[in-house]
Amino acid sequence: MKRWAPYWLALPGWMWLGIFLVVPIVAMASVSLQTGNLLDGFVQTFSVSNYTDAIGKYSTQLVRSLVYGGVATVIMLLLGYPVAYWIAFKAGSRKSMYLFLLLLPFFVSFVLRTISWGFLLADDGILFGTLKGWGLLPENFHVLATTVAVIGGLVYNFLPFMILPIYVALERVDPRVIEAAYDLYASRFDAFRRVVLPLSLPGVFAGVLMTFVPATADPVNAAVLGGTGNTMIGNIIQTEYLVNSNYPTASALSFTLMAVLLVGIFIYARALGTENVLEAAAR
Amino acid sequence: MTEAIPAIELDGVVKEYLSHGETVQAVKGVSLGIGEGEFFSLLGPSGCGKTTTMRMIAGFEEPTKGVVRLHGQDVTDVPPNKRDINMVFQSYALFPHMNVWENVAFGLRRRKVAEAEIKQRVGEILEIVDLTGREKRRPREMSGGQQQRVALARALVNRPRALLLDEPLGALDLKLRQLMQIELKRIQREVGITFVYVTHDQNEALTMSDRIAVMNDGLVEQLANPREIYERPATKFVAGFIGTSNLLSGTVESVSGSAAVVRLGAEDRILISSQATAGETVDLTVRPEKITISTEQPEGELSVVRGTVNEVVYLGTYNSYAVGLADGAEIMVFQQNANDSSVTAERGDTVWLSWQPQHSYAL
Ligand SMILES: Nc1ncnc2c1ncn2[C@@H]1O[C@H](COP(=O)(O)OP(=O)(O)OP(=O)(O)O)[C@@H](O)[C@H]1O
Ligand SMILES: [Mg+2]
Repeated sequence: MKRWAPYWLALPGWMWLGIFLVVPIVAMASVSLQTGNLLDGFVQTFSVSNYTDAIGKYSTQLVRSLVYGGVATVIMLLLGYPVAYWIAFKAGSRKSMYLFLLLLPFFVSFVLRTISWGFLLADDGILFGTLKGWGLLPENFHVLATTVAVIGGLVYNFLPFMILPIYVALERVDPRVIEAAYDLYASRFDAFRRVVLPLSLPGVFAGVLMTFVPATADPVNAAVLGGTGNTMIGNIIQTEYLVNSNYPTASALSFTLMAVLLVGIFIYARALGTENVLEAAAR
Repeated sequence: MTEAIPAIELDGVVKEYLSHGETVQAVKGVSLGIGEGEFFSLLGPSGCGKTTTMRMIAGFEEPTKGVVRLHGQDVTDVPPNKRDINMVFQSYALFPHMNVWENVAFGLRRRKVAEAEIKQRVGEILEIVDLTGREKRRPREMSGGQQQRVALARALVNRPRALLLDEPLGALDLKLRQLMQIELKRIQREVGITFVYVTHDQNEALTMSDRIAVMNDGLVEQLANPREIYERPATKFVAGFIGTSNLLSGTVESVSGSAAVVRLGAEDRILISSQATAGETVDLTVRPEKITISTEQPEGELSVVRGTVNEVVYLGTYNSYAVGLADGAEIMVFQQNANDSSVTAERGDTVWLSWQPQHSYAL
């Protein structure tokens, strides 16, 4: 009898996922294969032209999203790993405070945070306005509405999701194992490269997934911080859905994005599969 | 000990930690020399500073005061990766992402030893620790005893001039522990390098070591070979910590030459060789197996005390008696079951305990 308990306890969770994940996905899949418009209604035609048309029309934004997401992820990794390392090994008894500080921005809404970045980066805002007033920056200097602003915003917004899983992985590394490396003649760099880094790779793997996917699909940063040349696929989907009421195209784009991300993740997992990486590091 | 330069030398070593704003002295001033090829043990209760002492030898902790020398060279400021000694950690600290072969080869690879030589040396050492054929296993796929041997091989393969072992058998069950003790001794003889062995298990220390430093509360209480530690504990602490000891205290009655007579009760008389003065109160010790128990007052130049049997326990190879003295002290007596299994005295009997004068002495 007792053995069934885990299944029963997991049931609500599975039902939640079933109803709120699977049902919308199936519904969206069906919509993505419909034709029509809001006034005349939509008909299930199973035509894949929605997909080919949408991809043809918006491939620029799709590629741009992947590039922005990818670049932001790489920057987050480079910025986040040292922070996670520092908190895990050097912060001592203050660890929980730093972790709390890391999560503090989440007490303010995502959109508000991004908008306040907009204020901060405005051409004549508090930061650049002042610097320009002092003559430290040229009058025509601007960051807002550029690629830099969008990627900067993505990095800012998703960085904690990179840091936390890496921190968790580093935290689990037994300090004795690192000492053993030093004892066996490893330099600081060797100890990091051969022991700490490989043991933290599961965290890196999770961190990259948790930042790359939402950063690529994000519509907010491009809308608030970007200009006309920085539109990402998330913005297109939003516009098609909410403004143009072109549900089939919006759905088709969503699915395309999802498929691209899944394929990307699959390749990533294969190429960087923890097992392979560990093998290489053990050399 | 000859006058040769010790393999490892601690000179007035002190280690202080700052914990919660307070200074804690983990090691309060240890000086000792460990000879080349010696099996040297640090023995003591939990928290006495064994690990801290060892970590200073390995270079993981810097002494607050004092000097650490390896083969006569001051290494106090040398980091662990530049010291020609290796450590076997209590929890083994194997690299979990590497297999046995990679774990063992780690040190040689860091030292840029040629791949062919690595191959040969790793193969050799795995043979010695009896792990040939298990090269591809990951640590988590191995038993505690096997992991222990990987840890040993990983250190030994580098042919260090000394090996430090911090309670290496602590996590093993009794049977495996005893097996590994013999194994360790064999390996040490085979490779002939200095072993510094940390343990809180007195039997382990007594059976394996050439010499033992008994530590208590950050200090070395006695440094001697196992026989001397057991037969002639230097302090009350050592007497109490090693084996079973009877601690007695009495007044010196008379002194003649280097011999003194100590009185406990009216009919008790203990002979010791000591520079005591009459009237002084002394603590003395005697091992339970040195004592003869009899129902009649024994004759001759013996230490004799009288008491009542409080408890008799049959323990197979010997009987254990707890004998209460007039002053309330209790003495343990072990008597071999050599001739027949019948006991000499029963509970409640009045008995005489006697032993040779050399078996008890003032602390
Ligand atoms: N990093 C540290 N910070 C503060 N105090 C410490 C630190 N390391 C050890 N101590 C203290 O120093 C003392 C000696 O510790 P040590 O680990 O050397 O003991 P030990 O003899 O190895 O004990 P055990 O047999 O339990 O391993 C203990 O009281 C311990 O609390
Ligand atoms: Mg210890």
